[in-house]
Amino acid sequence: MGIQEWTWVTVGLTFSAYLYIGYRSRVATTAGFYVAGQGVGSIANGAATAADWMSAASFIGMAGLIAFQGFDGSVYLMGWTGGYVLLALLLAPFLRKFGQYTVPDFVASRYDSTLARVVAAVAAIFVSFTYVAGQMKGVGVAFSRFLGVELWMGVVIGMVIVSFFSTIGGMKGITYTQVAQYAVLILAYTIPAVAIAWALFGNPIPQLALGSAVPALNQLQADLGLDPYTSPFVNTDMLNVIAITLCLMAGTAGLPHVIVRFYTARDVRSARWSAFWALLFIALLYTTAPAIAIFVKTDILRQFAENGAAGFVNLSWVQNWAQTGLIDTQAILADGTVNAILDKAVMDRDIMVLATPEIAGLPPFVVALVAAGGLAAALSTASGLLLVISSSLAHDLYGKILHPEASDERKLFVGRLMIFFAVIVAGLFGIRPPGFVAEVVAFAFGLAAASFFPIIVLGIFWKRANKYGAVTGMIVGLTFTFVMIALMKANVVLGTAEPLMDDFLGIGAQGIGVVGMLLNFALTIGISLVTPPPPEAVQDLVEQIRYPRILSDAEIEEHHHLHDPVAA
Amino acid sequence: MEPTRTSSAPSARHEAYWRAQIRRILILLAVWAFVAFGLSIILAPALNAVSLGGVPLGFWMAQQGSIFAFVVLIWIYARASDRADRAFGVDETPETTSHGVEAH
Repeated sequence: MGIQEWTWVTVGLTFSAYLYIGYRSRVATTAGFYVAGQGVGSIANGAATAADWMSAASFIGMAGLIAFQGFDGSVYLMGWTGGYVLLALLLAPFLRKFGQYTVPDFVASRYDSTLARVVAAVAAIFVSFTYVAGQMKGVGVAFSRFLGVELWMGVVIGMVIVSFFSTIGGMKGITYTQVAQYAVLILAYTIPAVAIAWALFGNPIPQLALGSAVPALNQLQADLGLDPYTSPFVNTDMLNVIAITLCLMAGTAGLPHVIVRFYTARDVRSARWSAFWALLFIALLYTTAPAIAIFVKTDILRQFAENGAAGFVNLSWVQNWAQTGLIDTQAILADGTVNAILDKAVMDRDIMVLATPEIAGLPPFVVALVAAGGLAAALSTASGLLLVISSSLAHDLYGKILHPEASDERKLFVGRLMIFFAVIVAGLFGIRPPGFVAEVVAFAFGLAAASFFPIIVLGIFWKRANKYGAVTGMIVGLTFTFVMIALMKANVVLGTAEPLMDDFLGIGAQGIGVVGMLLNFALTIGISLVTPPPPEAVQDLVEQIRYPRILSDAEIEEHHHLHDPVAA
Repeated sequence: MEPTRTSSAPSARHEAYWRAQIRRILILLAVWAFVAFGLSIILAPALNAVSLGGVPLGFWMAQQGSIFAFVVLIWIYARASDRADRAFGVDETPETTSHGVEAH
């Protein structure tokens, strides 16, 4: 059997499993629909979080990006894992104690404001749509390359699957499907890495094979007249490496679809352990990714050095990908030097992981497994994002503001309807993709870092933070970041010939969210201090969420006496 | 269910719990920042002079070591918090697990 037949087998089997799990997990209440009835154990919740988190960008795009950026690609590795430390320590247990359905729920209760809920819901929808576009494109790319169907057709197949299990199962269906998707994607990612590490370096653990692989690649780059792979700040200066890393970290901790995963945990203790399991599961892929990046870069450079430009374009994997339009063989021949294949316009970074088994000459079923893994990564993240979009529309805007009197049944129906609507919009985004996968996703982090992260952290750790500060901070942080990205990426976003701006204080588009975040922090703190403190009920709520078990009203009352001895 | 009370004011114990949690969070975040931004970025050029089994150390920290460190930090936090919850009497039972807190 060839690659295409094997791919039909792996995709057919895994998709059937997702549909079956989705059907088994169907729900009949809004609590089940939005937070899986708050009954998910920590290991399952960790695996679901990991799949929710690891997107088409992580699976398909990241190793390719790192392969071409070398040391500077560390921003993705550290940014997308280090954020979990912020999540676990600063947000997850407290938001689980709060225990409602959505991030805007917390913002609305903590800041005692319907306006804050609306701003948060709109921000959640905006951030999630930015992110979901990349997932749907990932689905389309995987389908068009491996199953020989049109890109739009691939996107439509993905939409049908996601809408089935998320509409009937809501968060519960999504959670248990994601556990299965984690298993598929981690196997698909590590099996080729292990095979290559074993074949080339005689060591089955990719992370340990680096000891032989790194010196070999540095030597090869030197032979071709390139900087060493391991040298820092070749493509990105130190300021931007720091800014992008921090932006991705805070963005991770501020993304609604990640935060909401901790609402599904059984209790506060389980929320903390979910964060641990999630990062452990993520680390399996994230420490393998740099190894794949190094293996694939070594293979490509070696094949180029051995065959020259003319021989390189005739390699079968190059020919296969040239057909999808993601490798420009004419440009490679015209240039004739190694610089051509290092240009992202000539060889798309997104193909690296999907092409790895072919580049290394692994058997067809491994290629097919990687295709199924890429689809699992894209679908699991898409479903998590779609739930956030649906819950913001149906729970926050419809159920809490427009029609609070509606019955639970009615609210559940609107929830299902909204998720279906969101799938359609996401699919349209996927068919007309707004840029290459990882770059689009990176902007969602800037927006999340600048809107949610500061006001949630201050909301938990500083009782004095009030609605005037938070609403202003959120709006200014989000607007500033969005405008900066639009100006710096005007050639992509607005269609101008050149970007209208290169950087702000030396920080480029990917790291600019950090400035938005600092603005948000400064405004929330500054404005809160010059306006009245939040009402006592809100301060009691903050007191309550700091402790795992529910404190009785009498216990909360005692805290007042502790701080105010005159009243005692 | 009314929680069991000790003779000393529970609120004072809660305050002590929260102060201990803040202290723990600050220490762990300091380590997090030092590993991520110190060892893996700012000091990376210098650490690259050191070889760890063939891999320059700064590069290894940025692409492997830091990630392992993050996992360990969360493990320490979760374990230490579990113990603190019990020691200060704020751990959850099925009856005192939150399923939605309203500001009242």
